[in-house]
Amino acid sequence: MTRKSLAVLVIDENHIRASIIEAGLREAGHEQVTVVHDVAGIARRIAEIEPDVIVIDLENPNRDMLENMFQLSRVVKRPIAMFVDRSDQASIEAAVEAGVSAYVVDGLRQERVKPILDMAISRFNAFSRMARELEEARSELENRKVIDRAKGILMRSRGLSEDAAYTLLRKTAMSQNRKISEIAQSLVTAAGLLDPGES
Amino acid sequence: MAAEHQINAGFIPLFDSAVLVAASEIGFAAREGIDLTLSRETSWANIRDRIAIGHFDLAHMLGPMPIACNLGLTPLASDTIVPFSLGLGGNCVTVSNALWAGMAAHGALPDLDPARTGRALGALIHERAHAGRDPLRFAVVHPHSGHNYELRYWLAACGIDPSREIEIVIVPPPFMADALAAGRIDGYCVGEPWNSASVVAGTGHIATVKATIWKTSPEKVLGVRNAWAEKHPEALSALLRALHRAARWCQDPANRGELAALMAQPSFLGLSPALQTPILTGHLALGGGAELAVEDFFLPFDKAANFPWKSHALWFYTQMVRWGQVKHSAAHMALARDTYRPDLYRVALKPLGVALPGANAKVEGALTAATPVGSAGASLVLGPDGFFDGRIFDPDRIDDYLAIRDWAMPTG
Repeated sequence: MTRKSLAVLVIDENHIRASIIEAGLREAGHEQVTVVHDVAGIARRIAEIEPDVIVIDLENPNRDMLENMFQLSRVVKRPIAMFVDRSDQASIEAAVEAGVSAYVVDGLRQERVKPILDMAISRFNAFSRMARELEEARSELENRKVIDRAKGILMRSRGLSEDAAYTLLRKTAMSQNRKISEIAQSLVTAAGLLDPGES
Repeated sequence: MAAEHQINAGFIPLFDSAVLVAASEIGFAAREGIDLTLSRETSWANIRDRIAIGHFDLAHMLGPMPIACNLGLTPLASDTIVPFSLGLGGNCVTVSNALWAGMAAHGALPDLDPARTGRALGALIHERAHAGRDPLRFAVVHPHSGHNYELRYWLAACGIDPSREIEIVIVPPPFMADALAAGRIDGYCVGEPWNSASVVAGTGHIATVKATIWKTSPEKVLGVRNAWAEKHPEALSALLRALHRAARWCQDPANRGELAALMAQPSFLGLSPALQTPILTGHLALGGGAELAVEDFFLPFDKAANFPWKSHALWFYTQMVRWGQVKHSAAHMALARDTYRPDLYRVALKPLGVALPGANAKVEGALTAATPVGSAGASLVLGPDGFFDGRIFDPDRIDDYLAIRDWAMPTG
């Protein structure tokens, strides 16, 4: 006898992250996954879907509204509690740190829900890592641009070669205990003030 | 030099987080040897969760929220205490232009009088019901909030059953004005500046205010994880002294400009300083050109605003019972009363020689005028603290209060 698969509702305003979680759940064999980005009309959707598990990102400002709705039996036929098991402190901490909260219908056995929560936590963490790496790559690119401009200013104003200009920036950064990009930014700003045509 | 105490605190972008923000940004915390780190949150649920797992030691909270936590009414609740209140008043009930027009046709005036506007609203609601129209929809910020309880108290005293004759939904404060403008709700009860936001946008009228429904009534508090408080009594006392000085600074009219500029910063409210003038001065634009100065509209410090009265905790508890959120029992009542901790407030502030109330609870509604009260040390003025319907809340007679069935004021 096969057990009916759990219906999972993912509420996330971030479309990319929501699709990453949805894909993970489907790969794990969950066929009944619904993704909602906007909470407008959410009560009706919940009544239609009758989810066993609801996954919500912690940054969603509507969490208070959703929690209140879960407690009103008029909207939700089965009461929905938070998280898998209140006593599972490690899971709770991992979830909050990953930025996700999960709500589960009362009476659902823990071992059926735990894999879903674990999946959501790991996908949320993977998404944050990806976003962080993207941000780092972006600022790295910005830094390189400003260093190039600073080198150009030194090459023109002091007649230095590109290598010598870079060495000067690096030495100044080391002696002031600052980043090369910070020294470069200061130089670009100063050059802009002294000669508006320069920057 | 490294600070003696590290404290992590959460807050929601509302003006009544000002005392916590001023403690951190104007240097009151640093002077007490505290490195106070503030984190802006997007929901009360997040505040609760991060307190529960120890990300925050304490937070800006709705007054009833720690009581609800201790009563087990919320998921992930942890033992939370209230050693300090962050202010009195500050909320309004704002309605759409269409609803205001309907209320005005039934006698409402732009005078914020809860009885008159409430009667007008009641007449309109009953007229709509006869015509078979959908019930009006009001929003509050949280089921366990002063907003929910004062809205319900006001409506019930005016002969409106808030559980059956209107619909009450939950909307986050920054979304209230938009929801009203879009017609998704007909009115709401929220703290400033989210009422003035609708008035400035021309999409709402302030119908009445917390400071007239229940004068000098409790609103936000400092919620502290009890396990942290027990482990760090000195850090807590130092913080309460810093908050006391920050609150006095916030109350001083000379600092209004600086406070408005501080709260306007993107990391706090991120709204123009002009939107904060109403809560700072108590001078409200009500919509449609009407203006009114409200006495004691928001008090961050005066009238013992920071004292965590046990009578405030118990009144919140009676409202939880009244609206079916918890069953009344001696054990529940004791849990609610013990959540508010004036003893910790006294221990922290006694060395400063400041005015302290003589008792830990008071009869709410007993003071009809500002009254100097006997207190240890310096002088202290309390009140007026009355409910608009003239009822008295005696914290020693909770059973009698809960036994009241007919809350409607006599008409005529």
